Amino acid sequence: MQFGIFSVGDVTADPTTGVTPSEHERIKAMVTIALKAEEVGLDVFATGEHHNPPFVPSSPTTMLGYIAARTERLILSTATTLITTNDPVKIAEDFAMLQHLADGRVDLMMGRGNTGPVYPWFGKDIRQGIPLAIENYALLHELWRNDVVDWEGRFRTPLQSFTSTPRPLDDVPPFVWHGSIRSPEIAEQAAYYGDGFFANHIFWPKEHFMRLIALYRERFAHYGHGTAEQAYVGLGGQVFIRPSSQDAVREFRPYFDNAPVYGHGPSLEEFTEQTPLTVGSPQQVIDRTLSFREHFGDYQRQLFLMDHAGLPLKTVLEQLDHLGEIVPVLRKEFAALRAPGVSDAPTHESMKRAKVSA
Amino acid sequence: MSGACGANHQRVKLVVVTAGLTVPSSTRLLADRLTSAVTAQVAADVTVVELRDLAVDIANHLVAGFPSPTLAAALAAVGDADGVIATTPIFSASYSGLFKSFFDLFEELPKPVLIAATGGTPRHSLALEHALRPLFTYLHAIVAPTSVYAASADWADPDLAHRIARAAGELAELMDRHPAVTQPAETVIPFEQQLAALRQKP
Repeated sequence: MQFGIFSVGDVTADPTTGVTPSEHERIKAMVTIALKAEEVGLDVFATGEHHNPPFVPSSPTTMLGYIAARTERLILSTATTLITTNDPVKIAEDFAMLQHLADGRVDLMMGRGNTGPVYPWFGKDIRQGIPLAIENYALLHELWRNDVVDWEGRFRTPLQSFTSTPRPLDDVPPFVWHGSIRSPEIAEQAAYYGDGFFANHIFWPKEHFMRLIALYRERFAHYGHGTAEQAYVGLGGQVFIRPSSQDAVREFRPYFDNAPVYGHGPSLEEFTEQTPLTVGSPQQVIDRTLSFREHFGDYQRQLFLMDHAGLPLKTVLEQLDHLGEIVPVLRKEFAALRAPGVSDAPTHESMKRAKVSA
Repeated sequence: MSGACGANHQRVKLVVVTAGLTVPSSTRLLADRLTSAVTAQVAADVTVVELRDLAVDIANHLVAGFPSPTLAAALAAVGDADGVIATTPIFSASYSGLFKSFFDLFEELPKPVLIAATGGTPRHSLALEHALRPLFTYLHAIVAPTSVYAASADWADPDLAHRIARAAGELAELMDRHPAVTQPAETVIPFEQQLAALRQKP
């Protein structure tokens, strides 16, 4: 099972000090956080993609390429890559390039994006969100698998005799996750291709995501990629850890109360009750994270949101130290509970082996 | 007109949403009068949703994007109802903000709805026609033709009882003519079909 972190890349004032980092400080902090993720033994770092303030990561492969040069093991990913407003040709090129530079330590997560104005800014229509996601990904999928592509679609200028370069490393395209918080069409899309499905369930009650993941698993089996239990599921998580749960709650509460996504709404206690957010001791975080498996089945990737809502870099790095201590326990416990026949998430090496043996 | 009291009919689920803020509230009083008038004509299981009790939960839902368990139960009751009585005080020439915030939580409400309101003066009565009726039409509700407005002075006027009886009769009949349809479970269009639709020329 893979454990990692994902970052939205928000520039948010620390509500306890009023200090807002500069874009430069935030970008450098994201890099420091990614390097720390590798240092404490995590498997994945994923960056968001945004095209509006207060978010800095507009150019994911630039950031991931830099991190790739400074890491050895870490898988570099996205959360999410906008399959609706990006040109699929550019995604194919950028991520294939990144894959070569990172010696295969790359996968990505497709998402539609939920910021209305981004669509018109990039010449698209938000009402076409699902059709854009379907058509653009169909093209991306083809570009990575066929050396020469003739293609015509509804949303992009046609291609004749087009070769996307560089070709994927070892002719193994990066593994793709499809992220969705509400659309069964995307679960269906992930299942059709035998790709992964990532449910970022951190802001909502689990019942909704249980339906989406059940649908994805069922359709994954329907399309002949394996059993429902073998489908590739990823989940979000959000934790704040201190050795004592009282300290964790006291320290995190002002960040929770003022958080851009959910602040000034339900109390910390109500929110932790209804969503996966866990603020407490290492053992509480371990117990809560293990409980995800009971709701969603054995799964392959767990990403935590650790650096948001104005938490200072120093605190985030301390949190990653705690996470680094917890993850080996989670690995052991999840492995012991895992049903036979459930595989790990595909990596470049595993897909390369599968290709050679096929 | 008949039919509302057909012997072969099961009990209907009637949900009464009331946005009165005081206790006791004249809006609730109007809602209760309407409820009695409806249940006199049709056997109904009645659920009353007092929005005052849900005010904080409604605001939290707007902020956080999901309902508390208590609010979720109220939303489910309205969603599953065969008919709804929706009553609000008129504030600043329209429904109260709390009333609107509650109904903002629905994508649609395709079912019979009786609209009613209270106010300090009869001059606000057309708020029902200018504000509530379009709101529920937008939500695909089937709004009873008679809406009921009660100004302070109306509580001494026998005409109010007549309007209540007429509106209640209309709601009962609409519930009979438009039985609630159970929404089918989430269905997914197979992927090949989604892809093929895109490959056809627009």
